[in-house]
Amino acid sequence: MTQVMSSNQVALLYLVASVLFILALKGLSHPLSARKGNRFGIIGMAIAVVVTLAITHNIGMALGAIAVGGLLGWFVARRVEMTQMPELVAAMHSLVGLAAVLIAGAVVYNPSAFSIPDPIPAGNRVELFIGTFVGAMTFSGSIIAFGKLAGLGKSFRLFSSAPVVFKGQRLVNLLMAIAMVGLGLAFVLAAPDAQMPPFAAMTAIAFVLGVLIIIPIGGADMPVVISMLNSYSGWAASGIGFSLNNPLLIVAGALVGSSGAILSYIMCKAMNRSFFSVILGGFGAAEGAATGTAEQRAVRSGSPEDVAFLLGNAESVIIVPGYGLAVARAQHAVKEMALKLTEKGVTVRYAIHPVAGRMPGHMNVLLAEAEVPYDQVLEMDEINSDFGTSDIAFVLGANDVVNPLAEEKGSPIYGMPILEAHKARTVVVNKRSMASGYAGIDNPLFYMDKTMMVFGDAKKVVEDIVKAID
Amino acid sequence: MHGITVDPIITNLTIFVLAVFVGYHVVWNVTPALHTPLMSVTNAISSVILVGAILAAGSGRLDTGSLLGAAAVALAAVNTFGGFLVTERMLEMFKKKEPKAKEKHR
Repeated sequence: MTQVMSSNQVALLYLVASVLFILALKGLSHPLSARKGNRFGIIGMAIAVVVTLAITHNIGMALGAIAVGGLLGWFVARRVEMTQMPELVAAMHSLVGLAAVLIAGAVVYNPSAFSIPDPIPAGNRVELFIGTFVGAMTFSGSIIAFGKLAGLGKSFRLFSSAPVVFKGQRLVNLLMAIAMVGLGLAFVLAAPDAQMPPFAAMTAIAFVLGVLIIIPIGGADMPVVISMLNSYSGWAASGIGFSLNNPLLIVAGALVGSSGAILSYIMCKAMNRSFFSVILGGFGAAEGAATGTAEQRAVRSGSPEDVAFLLGNAESVIIVPGYGLAVARAQHAVKEMALKLTEKGVTVRYAIHPVAGRMPGHMNVLLAEAEVPYDQVLEMDEINSDFGTSDIAFVLGANDVVNPLAEEKGSPIYGMPILEAHKARTVVVNKRSMASGYAGIDNPLFYMDKTMMVFGDAKKVVEDIVKAID
Repeated sequence: MHGITVDPIITNLTIFVLAVFVGYHVVWNVTPALHTPLMSVTNAISSVILVGAILAAGSGRLDTGSLLGAAAVALAAVNTFGGFLVTERMLEMFKKKEPKAKEKHR
């Protein structure tokens, strides 16, 4: 071996990289320190990669592969729309998962490339088994999540945003999980020359299981799913780190794993769902029943000019943006509107529900893209008590997160924390039509006496309002 | 027998548990407004699995193991570059303070 560095030097540099990764996450505690944090992350990654290339025998193939993957990643990152972030993140989770599986496969095929004794000790095989099945489930589960988020349900039924359920689903999942663990054990206990078949079969089952656990989860729960898969991708990386005895992978994986777990917890809390009920899925399946009765009820509707008049005479306005706003690409128009109102002396703030977008923090990014100053954008806990003293709550493309039914026992969304828009003196709601929200539940807010509905495309409506504000 | 030498699994487990604690505390301090960049940067960080993939790809032989490794390198590299870059793009949007100040005083 023609080593340019001793293993101690390598280990120390990996430690430096680990610390830089921690600093990268730490930077995100405030928007102003976040970019510095990201730089730390990049430096950490550069150190890790360069050090590893330096101790590798033949770097040609690795460099070529880095160039191919790197160019693709660079291209996608430059082109992706901010509305597509959930899909992008899901796709990236799947890549980590598949990479983990491929690396584990390479270890089983040729342990000596990783300085692991051949035959592989049983302990390492247990770690390989765990890293592989978590990686495989992350991969296939993320593909399904990607399809659901990208709205590919029409072209492929498994990607449907409605839960895909069949009879005996949980039993099938359980049996497959047992089979997977059984094959994993067979792999751990197998003779050195008979490891590949149980390993391959176990991996195949894990791929199928990843699909099966995500398909019954409805579109409304996607913020939880995407956080959960984020967590899995971290655990998979950690698992590979264990089998390769590589502390850097273990640390990085643990950071990502705990981050995803915390985000899952926050999302579950925001929807008042227990983690297990999300995982078991099926939510939003009985949509028809809830919506049927609502159609005949009367609503008060107004024109953009009416809304402009109301807004212009208000003292304080809270804008509640939902995903509909992003779909209509109305963020910039909303910012224009807020600017005009601010010039007239109206206090304008934004209220963000944790699940306002399709992933944690999504709406904040969409508003930031429209150059809305982040100090006007408040989280649910920060602003909820202010609705009662506000003149107008302007709900734009949001529905479930302002649904007062969440405070009524027996409703399917009972207990979900909501933005209390209904407490404002006047409520203005923009929607394209009276269709129900993502959760498929009717919203009494629309029928309140103090509520004015403005129907139409959010962008068009807001632009008309901007024109009408003098 | 190794005497005082600890099984690497125990060492790894120690590192793992401590790192989970560090991650737990650091991530709770992340402001909710930056949860999307948090996810994209963790995508990038988990691509450090690249390290394992490079070892596999660079074993010096052209066989199934090194080809699997090369494929893993390519997949992980998408995340490395894509993850950090898209995070940078998002964070840049959160930075814009000056244009806001100007617009306010217009």
